[in-house]
Amino acid sequence: MNVTLFIPCFVDSCFPQVGMHMVRILERLGHRVTCPEAVACCGQPAFNSGYWDEARIVAGKTLHHLQEAEAVVIASGSCGAMLKVFYPQLYAGRPEEAAAQRLSEHTWEFSDFLVSKLGVTDLGARFPGKVTFHDGCHGLRELGIKSGPRKLLEKVRDLELIEMGDAETCCGFGGTFAAKFPMISTAMGEVKCASAADTGAEYMVSNDSSCLMHLQGLLSRQGKPLKTLHLAQILDSQ
Amino acid sequence: MSNAAQQFLEAAGTITRNLRHRGLIQTALRKYEVARDRKKSAFNDWSSARQSAAETKWDAINHLDTYLTEFTSKIEARGTKVHWCTTGPEARDTIRGIIKDAKAKCVVKSKAMTAEEIHLNEALEKDGFEVVESDLGEFIVQLRKEPPYHIVFPAMHLTRDEISDLFERELGSAPTREPEELTMIARRALRRKYIQADVGITGANFAIAETGMVSITENEGNARLTAALPRVMVTLLGIEKILPKLEDLALFLPLLATAGAGQTVTGYNTLYGGPRQPGESDGPIEWHVVLLDNRRTELLADPEQRDALHCIRCGACLNVCPIFRNVGGHTYGTTYSGPVGSVITPHLRGLQEWKHLSNASSLCGACTEACPVKIDLHHHLLQNRRNAVGDSPSWIERLAWRAHAFAVNTPALYQFGQEVARIVEPLRLRLQGTPLDPVKSWTRTRDLPPVAPESFKEWWRNRR
Amino acid sequence: MNAQERILARIREALKVPAPKPGSHGHGGHGRDVAPAPVFAFQGRPVQVARSWLPPGGSTPQEHLTRFAAASAELKTDFRCVESESEAHAQLRHIADSEGWARVASHHSPLTDAATAALARPTLFTDGGYVPDELEVCEVGITTCDVLVAQTGSLVVNSRTSGGRALSVLPPHHVVLARKDQLVCDLTDAFQRVEQLHGAHWPSMISLVTGPSRTGDIERILVLGAHGPKKLTVLMW
Repeated sequence: MNVTLFIPCFVDSCFPQVGMHMVRILERLGHRVTCPEAVACCGQPAFNSGYWDEARIVAGKTLHHLQEAEAVVIASGSCGAMLKVFYPQLYAGRPEEAAAQRLSEHTWEFSDFLVSKLGVTDLGARFPGKVTFHDGCHGLRELGIKSGPRKLLEKVRDLELIEMGDAETCCGFGGTFAAKFPMISTAMGEVKCASAADTGAEYMVSNDSSCLMHLQGLLSRQGKPLKTLHLAQILDSQ
Repeated sequence: MSNAAQQFLEAAGTITRNLRHRGLIQTALRKYEVARDRKKSAFNDWSSARQSAAETKWDAINHLDTYLTEFTSKIEARGTKVHWCTTGPEARDTIRGIIKDAKAKCVVKSKAMTAEEIHLNEALEKDGFEVVESDLGEFIVQLRKEPPYHIVFPAMHLTRDEISDLFERELGSAPTREPEELTMIARRALRRKYIQADVGITGANFAIAETGMVSITENEGNARLTAALPRVMVTLLGIEKILPKLEDLALFLPLLATAGAGQTVTGYNTLYGGPRQPGESDGPIEWHVVLLDNRRTELLADPEQRDALHCIRCGACLNVCPIFRNVGGHTYGTTYSGPVGSVITPHLRGLQEWKHLSNASSLCGACTEACPVKIDLHHHLLQNRRNAVGDSPSWIERLAWRAHAFAVNTPALYQFGQEVARIVEPLRLRLQGTPLDPVKSWTRTRDLPPVAPESFKEWWRNRR
Repeated sequence: MNAQERILARIREALKVPAPKPGSHGHGGHGRDVAPAPVFAFQGRPVQVARSWLPPGGSTPQEHLTRFAAASAELKTDFRCVESESEAHAQLRHIADSEGWARVASHHSPLTDAATAALARPTLFTDGGYVPDELEVCEVGITTCDVLVAQTGSLVVNSRTSGGRALSVLPPHHVVLARKDQLVCDLTDAFQRVEQLHGAHWPSMISLVTGPSRTGDIERILVLGAHGPKKLTVLMW
């Protein structure tokens, strides 16, 4: 299959290894991976801030470059939800509506692509360690992704998955929310990190780099031993 | 920024650092979650039940004129006086008039969020009436002279010790750490009031069009007593409380109790269809039903968010909301707090003044998932943001988003930005913790990841 | 135009633009790993369908009884299913002795008349009116009910045939006398039964009572007897 990777701006800039692991995993599975360099952002920040006209400037370019793709795979449930759920709303009643609808149908969050589209759960990975999984809200509630990442983690050798009490509770990132309401965002992150730490896990894993950026930022600042990892990093471990 | 927004930010800043508050609310709501999940699992199919409830409320709200007319004619036929009020002040004046005509001195009241909405107690007290809140939680917050903290659990922010101190101070009771004894202190204090009161005021949870009745949900029996002993009864409710048929309650009572409090059904669910009827031994001689619009029709006129009028005020969205759980009910500064409050307050009280509540959300969607009538709550927050920008855009923000769009759409500029970020990183680190830090709203509590030496796209290019 | 006409006109104006059907929005709230819940065309009386999705009430009289007993236990309702009316009276006398009832309140009906006669204690009958202070000092209110609900452990009293609005809620102990054939499966059946009984001439109050009065307003800790009865006893035969 021809897989078109959508690497969101913050993954490209700050977490390039997440994209690299995705490329290696998908290529190992025999797919041809492409990555249009012109695409940098899905437009969600402006969209969530209420500036839909401005969001369409960004989304329009992304839509243009991705609309013919056989499968678009994204490293973040949040950006995935933007393409899959919100592009059709953003373009409702506009000439691009059909293209947005088509793109929505061909867009997959990375773990969902592996499990639901490809039917793969065992990637031959080995990762010695205790992990707990954080469900990113957009992946969980907009895209309905819950069991997929767990099926993938269960097949990883030497990995122990321990569920936390607040797995489905928002970490407090929320895009521009984290900067506009830092005190609330931080409190939410602290609740999340405490719940993860209570499991005794060494790693908090998620399929959404944006949540992890916020959580790792908090953990590092507070000098906590818990580390965050993107799911792709674990699935590509040997 | 509006005054309300400023107050919200300040209150949120203080309370989110209050670890005692955080612990209290998290503990209480985790208890709720356990009870709710147990009761949800008793349903044969929770998801279909809520879909059915959503459709029933859709029918009610989208034929509101027909059902309200039916409700009114049926309930009036049994001697009830129905008052239609467009605004809060109109409803307040109507109720003040009823109480004056009754030559009442003491008014006993059961829980009614609609009364909070129109600030009824303040108005009546200003007129010199004694108004006693009879719901235990409401009684407690009334003694503290503060609004309810939560639409279903008004005093959940208080510990037993605080309540004991309050009762000792206000009622002269002996201190105790037993919730049972504290409850009995309130019981004794209120018993006389039901008998002495001339007027009883209640809210309502549902208005049944088919039979012309209101349904009142409670656990304590205080609403039953409020509606039994005083000679005049007043029931205040929003026009959206309509349900088409009596048997709809067979669905809505369990749904409300399960979602709201983790109960199968609450202790008392009582239908009132009129004042005392011939041959009955007690009950009010006069019953006034006050139907309140108070800009609900404006929300009705927005088809995109009309489903917000489906709300049955169960509080489930508050209970699961991570924002509510960290900032608490009082921070909102609104009658209706939590996600549903953030959705409807801009419609009821002005979008520009209250849009900050729609921004103060991570859009996690826990509310929408919890709502027993499937209101699309978190997407409505997005729509409020869009509408607020559409009505009154901030040109600075608009310019910033245009610049952002230009930057991410122009690969050379985007790469240049990454280069700049790498170069200024040491300087940024030196500024971190000072007022000059350009990203201090992030870095005050969190580290910021640096731009990697090689971005993904650079790696991709080099790899080929 | 009066206020009613004004508000109705605003409503009709607002409803000119139709709203999307519920459940047709985005992907949010549908749960996860499952297809969205079915969106069915509105049928007018959906609760007839919906009852199969609600907590079940059982399908035989014996199952109804078992469920009612289990629900009562959870609610802390003192439910006693006995063999005969005379055994119910014996139980009632036993409770009266152990609680030391000096003043009983009740209303006239075949079941309550027989029970109060068997109790042989000073009794306030609320029919035709009463002094609230005199009811308030009674230790118990003894009433009949319209129907009992297996699904929820509830019972229904009304203002016309259960002694008024206050009798079942003002005294600290509420005793309900009922026959087994008054127990129905679920709330749907209960509302139907209530409609059969009263539909032609509604009483001013109908109350679905589920357990004794309760509150969790202090630290979410359950306390019985907040304002209404601390005890609820159901005697059924």
